[in-house]
Amino acid sequence: MARAQSPRRRLIATLAAWGVALTIFFPVLWMILTSFKTEASAVAMPPQLFTADWTLENYAEVWQRSDYPRFFWNSVFISIGSTLLGLAIAIPAAWSMAFVPGRRTKDLLMWMLSTKMMPAVAVLIPLYLVFQRIGLFDTRLGLILALMLMNLPIIIWMLYTYFKEIPAEILEAARMDGANLWNEIVYVLTPMALPGIASTMLLNIILAWNEAFWTITLTTTKAAPLSAFIASFSAPQGLFYAKLSAASAMAILPILILGWFSQKQLVRGLTFGAVK
Amino acid sequence: MGQIQLTQVRKSFGEVDVIPGIDLMIEDGEFVVFVGPSGCGKSTLLRLIAGLEDTTSGTIAIDGKDATHLPPAKRGLAMVFQSYALYPHMTVRKNIAFPLKMAGMSETEQAARVERAAKVLNLTSYLDRRPGQLSGGQRQRVAIGRAIVREPAAFLFDEPLSNLDAALRVGMRQEITELHQSLKTTMIYVTHDQVEAMTMADKIVVLNAGRIEQVGSPLDLYHRPQNLFVAGFIGSPKMNFLAGAEAAKHGAATIGIRPEHLEIGAGGPWQGTVGLSEHLGSDTFLKVALDTGETLTVRAGGEVALRHGDSIALAPQVGKIHRFDASGKALA
Repeated sequence: MARAQSPRRRLIATLAAWGVALTIFFPVLWMILTSFKTEASAVAMPPQLFTADWTLENYAEVWQRSDYPRFFWNSVFISIGSTLLGLAIAIPAAWSMAFVPGRRTKDLLMWMLSTKMMPAVAVLIPLYLVFQRIGLFDTRLGLILALMLMNLPIIIWMLYTYFKEIPAEILEAARMDGANLWNEIVYVLTPMALPGIASTMLLNIILAWNEAFWTITLTTTKAAPLSAFIASFSAPQGLFYAKLSAASAMAILPILILGWFSQKQLVRGLTFGAVK
Repeated sequence: MGQIQLTQVRKSFGEVDVIPGIDLMIEDGEFVVFVGPSGCGKSTLLRLIAGLEDTTSGTIAIDGKDATHLPPAKRGLAMVFQSYALYPHMTVRKNIAFPLKMAGMSETEQAARVERAAKVLNLTSYLDRRPGQLSGGQRQRVAIGRAIVREPAAFLFDEPLSNLDAALRVGMRQEITELHQSLKTTMIYVTHDQVEAMTMADKIVVLNAGRIEQVGSPLDLYHRPQNLFVAGFIGSPKMNFLAGAEAAKHGAATIGIRPEHLEIGAGGPWQGTVGLSEHLGSDTFLKVALDTGETLTVRAGGEVALRHGDSIALAPQVGKIHRFDASGKALA
């Protein structure tokens, strides 16, 4: 039986939830508000949440000063490309780990996850040099490969968790019905795991979109995505907070919209398998 | 055709020998039931025949051809699973057509075969539903439909009725038997329920700890069990066993008498007290505590009015005593 909640208790819980949500959201809100301020009011002391002189000038200037569409399309290509490539590798990998596990499968999964604990900076120099040597530096393909490899352990782990929930008997039935491995994955496993695959895809697009370390260090101009676009506004001559905020708002807007519309899917994806 | 021959088939998982070596011949068109307690290896044996598990050694021949190393799809067998294993994202029509699609059959031929199977199984009005919208019995019928459209050499059933309620189980049991009579295709059926085994099988294979205890027709097993295990497993309620002095009188280490072969009446050699009496209407089951300490189950007529605490004398029917030696083997 659910525990009875007194109105007072519920009020406290609601306030606490709002408090946490606002704390998390506040920097984004501050950034959006700042993007509409003049540079002077953006750095005013004491800081002002609201200002009297709202302006769209920052957006206009950011748009004029840089080639936003190029950065935007690079972000789109890189995040979607790395995710699709990652899925193409991860689906068969997760299939084999979930349905034909070997004696070392569990260790392999742990090892893959442990690579995520390695500080990225440790492989920066080797990767940078390799990318330069083989012509992948500042290319979309290079970034797609790099981000795919960075996120692959997470993709495999997530898919593995979903696939474990699918009864093995259904795949065996497909085998009895004459399906070869390809048909089994295409006609049975993938459609059944579609909600899981979709949320894995969304999460990885968001991760790749927001990734800044590799995208900034492995690009200069041609393949630079929106993370590099934001970084380009922190100039050596000083920080222009209002313009930087406008650039950041423009960079996160597409993914914020995507995240907003798919939040139900994402939440389901992240809590999948948590409770049987 | 659907003749299946197992020769010295062995399966081990790591160090554990689940099936230490089985020889078995299943003739074309037979309804064979593998029966045995949980963990006796009956499902594993079925999965070996299906090709879902690899044999450790030995050969499996289907219609005279070695199929030991063939993948499941190439063996020409169809399987019905305990959990139905339907594709939840496909309609009933697509579920049934799936094996035909995999075989590369034309859409018109697929549709014709699906219609035919649906008609046989009374599924015509459900063809556009998804498995989630069907009852357990309907789902099992879809699973059977998916098996019959392929016109396989043999059907394999892995405890297909375990998930159904008792009333539905009896109905489906009859449907499967009728299906066998009309298709005349080999069927191998795994169950732990000996009533299913007795009512459906042409031939029962009793398994225990991965070994075959006895193979025979249902009545053969009932009347002539070769050992204590089969004697105790086949028949419901279980056969009664008596050891010691009573058995020695009959020149055996253990004697067995079925509950339906005990007569109630004064002058019977076994005296005791009624412990529990269960009135089923058609029958009455009595648990009788003998004065010698053993307990016997008696199957009496529905009108028997004995109650807890009543004294009773029992006599075995002539020629109905089964005799076993010290190793459990039946004595002639």
